[in-house]
Amino acid sequence: MCPDSPPPQAPDQSPPDREVLSAGDISRALRRIAHEIVERNKGAGNVVLLGIPSRGVELARRLGALIADIEGSEVPVGSLDVTMYRDDLRGRPTKTPHQTHFPSTGVDDRVVVLVDDVLYSGRTVRAALDALADYGRPRAVRLAVLVDRGHRELPIRADHVGKNLPTSHAERVTVRLTGYDDVDDSVTIARAER
Amino acid sequence: MTRHLLSVSDLDDDALRSVLTTAAQMHDVQHRAVKKLPTLRGRTVINLFFEDSTRTRSSFEIAGKWMSADTINITGKGSSASKGESLRDTVRTIAAMGVDAIVMRHQASGAAQQVAGWFDESGVATSVLNAGDGTHEHPTQALLDAYTLEQRLGPLAGKRIAIVGDVTHSRVFRSNVLALPRLGAHVTVVAPPTLMPSGVASWAAADGFALSDDLDEVIDSGVDALMMLRVQRERMAGGFFPTPREYTVGYGLTRDRLATLTRRNPEAVICHPGPMNRGLEIAADAADAASSLVLDQVSAGVAVRMSVLYHLLASDGIVEGSLA
Repeated sequence: MCPDSPPPQAPDQSPPDREVLSAGDISRALRRIAHEIVERNKGAGNVVLLGIPSRGVELARRLGALIADIEGSEVPVGSLDVTMYRDDLRGRPTKTPHQTHFPSTGVDDRVVVLVDDVLYSGRTVRAALDALADYGRPRAVRLAVLVDRGHRELPIRADHVGKNLPTSHAERVTVRLTGYDDVDDSVTIARAER
Repeated sequence: MTRHLLSVSDLDDDALRSVLTTAAQMHDVQHRAVKKLPTLRGRTVINLFFEDSTRTRSSFEIAGKWMSADTINITGKGSSASKGESLRDTVRTIAAMGVDAIVMRHQASGAAQQVAGWFDESGVATSVLNAGDGTHEHPTQALLDAYTLEQRLGPLAGKRIAIVGDVTHSRVFRSNVLALPRLGAHVTVVAPPTLMPSGVASWAAADGFALSDDLDEVIDSGVDALMMLRVQRERMAGGFFPTPREYTVGYGLTRDRLATLTRRNPEAVICHPGPMNRGLEIAADAADAASSLVLDQVSAGVAVRMSVLYHLLASDGIVEGSLA
């Protein structure tokens, strides 16, 4: 789970965050990413989308539907929980892991596109790569994120980015998605609470 | 917040649910080509067993290994305890080696709590997991029972579960009546009067379970699960029942009772924590029936213990909103 992502909740009454992506922006960004994935792989016949819980799963589901519209055939979509592979479990509240679900196609010799909402330090993606290696051997692994906020701590980059968002460490990026948060899609940025 | 698991009551409702939810994810590891998670790499877990055990000890060992912890087994018979070393010195010696957790089984009720108390008093950071202490508690058994039943029956709210047999000597019973009612199950404890602990009525009132001494009546009323308890003859000093045959006639899951159970509820399941006294508390036909979850319980035991080790050790004991 991306550390930036809060649990689902109704918007609170604190001062409003600054919206950096609206529902329309998110829709357009995902459509572009879907086209990029198809173009990059010369179709989608060998592609498997794996969302990283929690909101990455919803984004992967949407990307799968968009690619199916483009290509006219279903794309396998699953989820990959990385909780047990994180390197920052110590000294943090214990997290209950989400479900890992792999499509029946498996991942061996497939192009796996990992999907997450926010790319920040890169540690979630590193954990996902470790987890994936325990499940099989994909032909290639790529990364699609809705927002890249920078501040990488590992040599990891995204192949498909909805929006590059320059931020400071003192800011919090919040992604909300209909279907997970029960509110309209948005990406907002705010000063993190001290 | 706690860093020990001595009793089911150490888990608040959120923690209980989190342990069971996490166990479901851990269960998938058993079916993977690579049965290994890196979560507890660098942690050391000692399984310190002063009583014989097959299931609990091996499943804790497998759980630790699959979580990448270094696990070491010490038995009472092979330890310095057999030379007269006190429990306090034994556990302090082990803790002084820098281990992260001691999984302890002991014949004395309250032994795990005593050890945890010593550690807390002296600032020792080692966690204590109670793997069964005398006739007191066996929390991970109750957790794996709840998990197994949920996997088969779905949510336990409203499910009717009967716990049957040697209640007086059963730590499994004690942990289960702390867990199952909290998950919404209607629990009835069935035992002959001689094997019902004194004062159990007050526990029943406090923890929300019913009591009966008539197994046939309970089965006939229709139950979703029968949890048969082992008759613990090694803990019996007196005559709790006239003969084994008489016990079986009154409280064993015989072939006839199995037929009634299935007739009243075709979906009913049978549990037993093991080891089973076949022919005493459970007939072979029942133990090996399609409705028997005995081996499912063993399989679930590894997953649940992985989950418990994760909850206690992954965060260095900082477990907000997880453990009470």
